[in-house]
Amino acid sequence: MLDWNILSFVTFLPLVGALLILLTGGKEEVAARNARQVALWTTLITFAVSLLIWINFDTSEAGFQFVEKAEWLGGGINYHMGIDGISMLFIILTTFLMPICILASWESIGTRVREYMIAFLILETLMIGVFCAMDMVLFYLFFEAGLIPMFLIIGIWGGANRIYASFKFFLYTLVGSVLMLAAMIAMYNIVGTTDIPTLMAYNFDVDLQFWLWLAFFASFAVKVPMWPVHTWLPDAHVQAPTAGSVILAGVLLKMGGYGFLRFSIPMFPDASQYFAPMVFGLSVIAIIYTSLVALVQKDMKKLIAYSSVAHMGFITIGVFTFTQQGLEGGILQMISHGIVSGALFLCVGVIYDRIHTREIARYGGLVHRMPRYAVIFMIFTMATIGLPGTSGFVGEFLILVGVYQVSTWTAFLATTGVILGAAYSLYLYRRVVFGELVKEDLKSIVDVNKREMAIFIPLIAVAMWIGIYPDPFLDVMHASVTSLMEQHQLALDATNSTLHAAK
Amino acid sequence: MVLPEFSIALPEIFLAAAALFLLMFGVFKGKGATAPVSWLAVLSLVITGFLVVMGGSETQLTFSDLYRTDAFGNFMKVLALGASALAIIMSMDFNKREKIERFEFPVLIVIASLGMMVMISANDLMSLYMGIELMSLSLYVTAAFRRDSVRSTEAGLKYFVLGALSSGMLLYGCSLIYGFTGSTNFTAIASAVAETHGQIGLGLLVGLVFLIAGLAFKVSAVPFHMWTPDVYEGVPTPVTAFFAAAPKIAGMALFIRAFITPFGELVDQWQQIIVFVSIASMVLGAFAAINQKNIKRLMAYSSIGHIGFALVGLAAGTEEGVRGVLIYLAIYVVMNIGTFAIILSMRQKDGMVEDISELAGLGKTRPVMALLLMIFMFSLAGVPPLAGFFGKFYVFVAAINSGLYALAVIGLLASVVGAFYYLRIVKIMYFDDEKEGFKPVNRTLTWIMGGAGIFTALFFVYPAPLLSSAAAAAAALFQ
Repeated sequence: MLDWNILSFVTFLPLVGALLILLTGGKEEVAARNARQVALWTTLITFAVSLLIWINFDTSEAGFQFVEKAEWLGGGINYHMGIDGISMLFIILTTFLMPICILASWESIGTRVREYMIAFLILETLMIGVFCAMDMVLFYLFFEAGLIPMFLIIGIWGGANRIYASFKFFLYTLVGSVLMLAAMIAMYNIVGTTDIPTLMAYNFDVDLQFWLWLAFFASFAVKVPMWPVHTWLPDAHVQAPTAGSVILAGVLLKMGGYGFLRFSIPMFPDASQYFAPMVFGLSVIAIIYTSLVALVQKDMKKLIAYSSVAHMGFITIGVFTFTQQGLEGGILQMISHGIVSGALFLCVGVIYDRIHTREIARYGGLVHRMPRYAVIFMIFTMATIGLPGTSGFVGEFLILVGVYQVSTWTAFLATTGVILGAAYSLYLYRRVVFGELVKEDLKSIVDVNKREMAIFIPLIAVAMWIGIYPDPFLDVMHASVTSLMEQHQLALDATNSTLHAAK
Repeated sequence: MVLPEFSIALPEIFLAAAALFLLMFGVFKGKGATAPVSWLAVLSLVITGFLVVMGGSETQLTFSDLYRTDAFGNFMKVLALGASALAIIMSMDFNKREKIERFEFPVLIVIASLGMMVMISANDLMSLYMGIELMSLSLYVTAAFRRDSVRSTEAGLKYFVLGALSSGMLLYGCSLIYGFTGSTNFTAIASAVAETHGQIGLGLLVGLVFLIAGLAFKVSAVPFHMWTPDVYEGVPTPVTAFFAAAPKIAGMALFIRAFITPFGELVDQWQQIIVFVSIASMVLGAFAAINQKNIKRLMAYSSIGHIGFALVGLAAGTEEGVRGVLIYLAIYVVMNIGTFAIILSMRQKDGMVEDISELAGLGKTRPVMALLLMIFMFSLAGVPPLAGFFGKFYVFVAAINSGLYALAVIGLLASVVGAFYYLRIVKIMYFDDEKEGFKPVNRTLTWIMGGAGIFTALFFVYPAPLLSSAAAAAAALFQ
């Protein structure tokens, strides 16, 4: 264990970078160059420091590690940070994706570069904070505050219809979140503290659990997003700048899944068990419906956005199986999806930067001019389909194994999603990369440059690493997931025995 | 004859003397008196605030129990005095530029502040009414201060007529309460009410309703809010800034004291009325503001909504609820003053503008000002980690703890609707193409908006002082 407050350090380090950019002035061009450099180095250093967390992480320990606690609002609301096997990988995912996002915005963002980098760095702080927070109010603070920079990123640097998309994103998420806030306040009033470990140990009344669960569900379902509240996502993705999409798909959606793991399941075990079939139902609808919708999309980003909804459906199924495989598969799939869908958005970004359109019909035959790009895009298409050897396979496989033990029908229907996923992904790949090179403006398109290679190589490496040797990732979560399941089972047994006693 | 203990009311006595002195000073100095009178008025408000704090926080009664000082009063007085002082500072540049620079303006604000202090310290229906009238009469005059503007005089007249009506209702309520409890003193009413064991007669209840109506008018809560948008829009902007802050604090202080101290036993009776008023204010404030084009009108509806949120805490009727209201008001006042400092800086080459669309592209033309306004807007919307979130958080904690779930959920959803129009301002500033832009901002206004912005943005770093002083103030009321 480290004896300094590494979690706070990693969380607030990006803020220091943002402050530095804020203080550097000068001419527009110089300021922009400085802002890019500062942002890149800040995110790289943050990533390097966050690796220390992983190195020093004790995989045999199920509880929270690197715990920090300080007086904050008083009355049982404290500044409390800590991580366990469930949250650790999300922090690494965030810090890993950030330098990539900064690099991806290097040339495509030409206006108000300083503000852009500041928004991203603030967003990084808030995202890491969400995964470190061990206090509900602190969690809510980070969770909600993330809306502000994302709102601005979509609204200022987004596409033509960015205003509609940014408002929809903000208000959709806020509606869900205020209901969660109401539930949090209710829990605070009952227990007298917002300390997450204390609340996990507290047994809420079964009837109350249902209401609380639904309120939290309102927030996380929007965030994940689950069908039918997913409609903000395609809009937000299409309009957001490339790096915004990467962060949205890579990290922000994961907050919903993380929320289920951190709040819904440990705090309301009975309600989670009760509502699991509903979650399965919604997820299966999401998988099949959004896959079909993805098949007919004309816009590349929209297609990937819908595929995200489908993949997140797998994750919610896995999480609500309450089996070791399902839970671990869900977490691993979240990490994998964060990398793969982020990479796919980056792939779209590469050609968007060159041709300035995302319309699939405007492309075709790119393999002739961009062989390296074709390989990269291929790898990530395979990863999103879940080909063995890529990260997508491990997660999906574990989830399906987990859900098969619980509900064969759900497993069957979810598996059709894998087939549909292959269909729309390969169909997209064929239309964009293969075929004759007939479009005039594509004939002079250039292949990926060094900067873009620097973006993709680490992503490919990680996607393959998880696919071939996922042990280091699964190792981290074993202890915490096992304890989560045990707690869940204990709580259910306790409720059952009281019910029997009552009879 | 035994003289009452004057020293307890030293701040008020000092302020009254200061107001008279400033008036004399202004009259005899004649031309060019405005600037010194304004600064002296600010100084006397600051000294009064200092005296309030030095007076100690123990509960003391004087003037035959008409007047009471306690931690609650001190908290509210400091807040109201600070808001008044800032209002004077913000008005100086504007009045000079618009050629309505007169020394009476700061004097009137000082007198209004005196009225507020009496309201806050009232321990009797008589002193309550006296304080309200002293404040209101000064406010009517300041509303119509720009004498040769039709809009301003119309707003002043409207405010006066409706205000007089509400005073009438208030007075009618007071007389009913006096008739059915036999006293005008809060302490005596409290014991009279306690004897009824919750079985109060219809007369007292009607009196209570009239009292609520009168007070609701003063804080512009629905359904007595109609004057607010017109008055806010019509009066000169520094007056709007003043109206939106200090009188609201005094009004809410009175609301809290009048309901917690004498009628605390009757929570069940008045709770549903307050719940209704609160919900109606939040919902109307959220929906009616959506289509506003004038920023002052928008802030009027916003203030109606915010009073609704503050009343959520009062509806809880508990010490926790009062603490929530106090935190809410303190934060609200800061955000509001900051916002109005920016509105006062919306000056183009043809003079002041009030259209929201003029903010277009502010993010490019004046990045710092846009950043500050964005902070205030997100804070008013209640988005964490800005200060406004904590205000909402504490009132809703109290409401849910008192079992008012419907109120809390409706309020939270109303805050989402409200977020829409605050976001719209952010959108206009950052997403739209720039327009003419504004002239350079006056130095004092920069300081005010910067200070308010830093408070709003960084409140979460060290919230303990405000939270604990609000808790102490609320505790004083429930002794």
